[in-house]
Amino acid sequence: MCGIVGVCELQGGQNVSPHELQRMMAPARHRGPDEAGIYLDDGVGLGHLRLSIIDLQSGCQPIHNEEETLWIVYNGEVFNYVELRQELQEQGHRFYTTSDTEVILHLYEREGPRCVERMNGQFAFAIWDRVNRELFVARDRVGIRPVHYAIHEGRLLFASEIKSLFTLPGLRRELDPVSLDQIFTFWSVLPGRTAFRDIHELPPGHYLKVSRGIVDIKKYWEIPIYDRQEQLQEPAETIGERIAELLVDAIRIRLRADVPIGCYVSGGLDSSGVAALATRRLGVHWNTFGIRFEQEAFDEGTHQERMASFLGSTHRQLWATPQRIGEAFAQTLWHCETPLLRTAPVPLYLLAQVVRESGLKVVLTGEGADEVFGGYDIFKEAKVRQFWSRQPDSTTRTLLLGQLYGDIFHNQNAKRFFQSFFGQGLDRARDPLFSHALRWGNTSKTKTFFSNELKAAIGAADPYESLRRSLPERYSHLDTVGKAQYLETMIFLSHYLLSSQGDRVAMAHSIEIRLPFLDYRVIDLLARVPSKWKILGMDEKHILKKILRPVLPAEIVARRKQPYRAPVVNCLLAGTSGESARELLTDDAVRRAGLFDAGKVSKLLTKLRTVENPSEIDSMALAGILSSHIIHQQFVENFPARPHVSIRPDLVVDQRAGVKAAVSA
Amino acid sequence: MNVQREIQSYIVDNILFGEDGRLTEDTSFQRSGILDSTGFLGLITFAEEKFGIKIADDEVVPENFDTLRKVSAFVERKMNEVKATS
Repeated sequence: MCGIVGVCELQGGQNVSPHELQRMMAPARHRGPDEAGIYLDDGVGLGHLRLSIIDLQSGCQPIHNEEETLWIVYNGEVFNYVELRQELQEQGHRFYTTSDTEVILHLYEREGPRCVERMNGQFAFAIWDRVNRELFVARDRVGIRPVHYAIHEGRLLFASEIKSLFTLPGLRRELDPVSLDQIFTFWSVLPGRTAFRDIHELPPGHYLKVSRGIVDIKKYWEIPIYDRQEQLQEPAETIGERIAELLVDAIRIRLRADVPIGCYVSGGLDSSGVAALATRRLGVHWNTFGIRFEQEAFDEGTHQERMASFLGSTHRQLWATPQRIGEAFAQTLWHCETPLLRTAPVPLYLLAQVVRESGLKVVLTGEGADEVFGGYDIFKEAKVRQFWSRQPDSTTRTLLLGQLYGDIFHNQNAKRFFQSFFGQGLDRARDPLFSHALRWGNTSKTKTFFSNELKAAIGAADPYESLRRSLPERYSHLDTVGKAQYLETMIFLSHYLLSSQGDRVAMAHSIEIRLPFLDYRVIDLLARVPSKWKILGMDEKHILKKILRPVLPAEIVARRKQPYRAPVVNCLLAGTSGESARELLTDDAVRRAGLFDAGKVSKLLTKLRTVENPSEIDSMALAGILSSHIIHQQFVENFPARPHVSIRPDLVVDQRAGVKAAVSA
Repeated sequence: MNVQREIQSYIVDNILFGEDGRLTEDTSFQRSGILDSTGFLGLITFAEEKFGIKIADDEVVPENFDTLRKVSAFVERKMNEVKATS
């Protein structure tokens, strides 16, 4: 993948200096270790860090069109670039590289901002139009690649990662209380926000245009919502075949690269499916990678190994021991740039390192299948609770919950209270946020640890109201499962999973992930598949299993869904990590940061020291509190004033008036 | 040993993390949301260990567990049973 940075004057002020761009690029070097390039024009500067994947020889950026009037810095891969290039060539466009980047530039030349609608892939890029003096910045539909921006002293600044923006002196670095409120409710911020004040993300499916000093942001894609009449009426077999062919094509185009590609295999249905379809239908021999845990409850080793031998792949494993997780927590946070309520990103951070060490730069993963095909337990739960709400006293209906959570129901006491727990809020079945209300209500209990200061700063801001207001009008046309999928895709997938468990941790080790299930054609097709094929009765991802049954071992398809999680308390509070954690969370330190109540934090630590099975809420609280302090230290208190790395660009293009002709290093 | 005070301490320290304003003798745990399923499990385990009693599945009902007053009374009854049989 790559990293981009840029500065654009809005009020005709001073020029951008190359030194400023280099300073922005330095902390993002991990995104593009292979090459670096800078572009300058009056009032504009663009920077690019390259991870070379397509066109290793001549794809250095920035890249220009024939007349050198359009310039692009690009983080992404557009997998249908081959077909688009052909089209453009037939229309007379001439190319000087074999990169997909150049194709995008010509597509923009021909179609303007609408070019993004033709792009099948994952991207965040900026194009500077010298003639019209316009800047165009775009992000892919679901937010696989990041781009953030801030407006400061009459300039628009943008970058793949927030740490690049923070290199600008005078830019305020402060955690945003409303963002914290959202993170401790939804596990992430809502679209457009980041954890920091005045630092925004360009939301997925949006682009930004700067023209005559005005910044305009427009939506070009949204999660598709189809009415019942618009849904596919064909029998499941036919639908299944269509989806299968599309999936194979989505995988096929994601194998386009000038470097070898690997595959993450967790032992679960989705990643196994990707790997198997590629092997079976496209003849791929894989290097596969998987995470192992010492604790049985988290480990999927048997299934991973089964898949590896089934595929005949060269399989490498990363043992995510509590010690390793504890030790890598802070570094992972530096990359995720947000407080986290889970440690799950850390093993993925460690796994990316294994990929790097094995010499690969690209991996395919199964991310997105749960959102698109209906895989999460929360979707089933929503169905059950909806059904239950019609007859709250029915014991038969509550037995369905037992089916869902069979394992947890060993304990009779737990069962009884689980029923009362899930029974809460049944009267609110018509609330648009119904499906997630329990999860979020639960998570919100962690807010008891907020300091009075923080609570005051949050004031009357209501995360649920903010969310409700941002839902499209057509949202009400969705059924219960559809709504649950929509919320999960919009919030959990785009703002947590693809970022903290996706792009950021892979890029930390210069690894590019590719996600066939999030091919926009797959998303669109699945949106037209009736809910009943996604969750038939209590069978989740019903139609995906149907498609994959012929190419996978029976036992993989039959497996009960095991959500990917990592242990928390024994990783963060044991050994040397525990010592660092306790140092960070002394009464004094907590009071100084002002985010949490020191007395309560101290009681939480005491409780966690002695209790055998920490509850989920306490674990989330610990992870959330500790990570907030680490983020505060890394980005607010001790953000490095000087870069550790210096960038020597391989290419510098300077078209500023009064500066001699463009120089190439 | 004051049973009610012990139980109150446990809840205030481990569930409310010091914030005792919400808890009175007659606050309903379920309705107030102070104890959820995991919270109840923790309380049951604490009661068994601290007071040396055994709590049967069918004893875990709101009449015995839903308020501080009720839990304390229940625990004291169980403790007397143990004394009587030993």
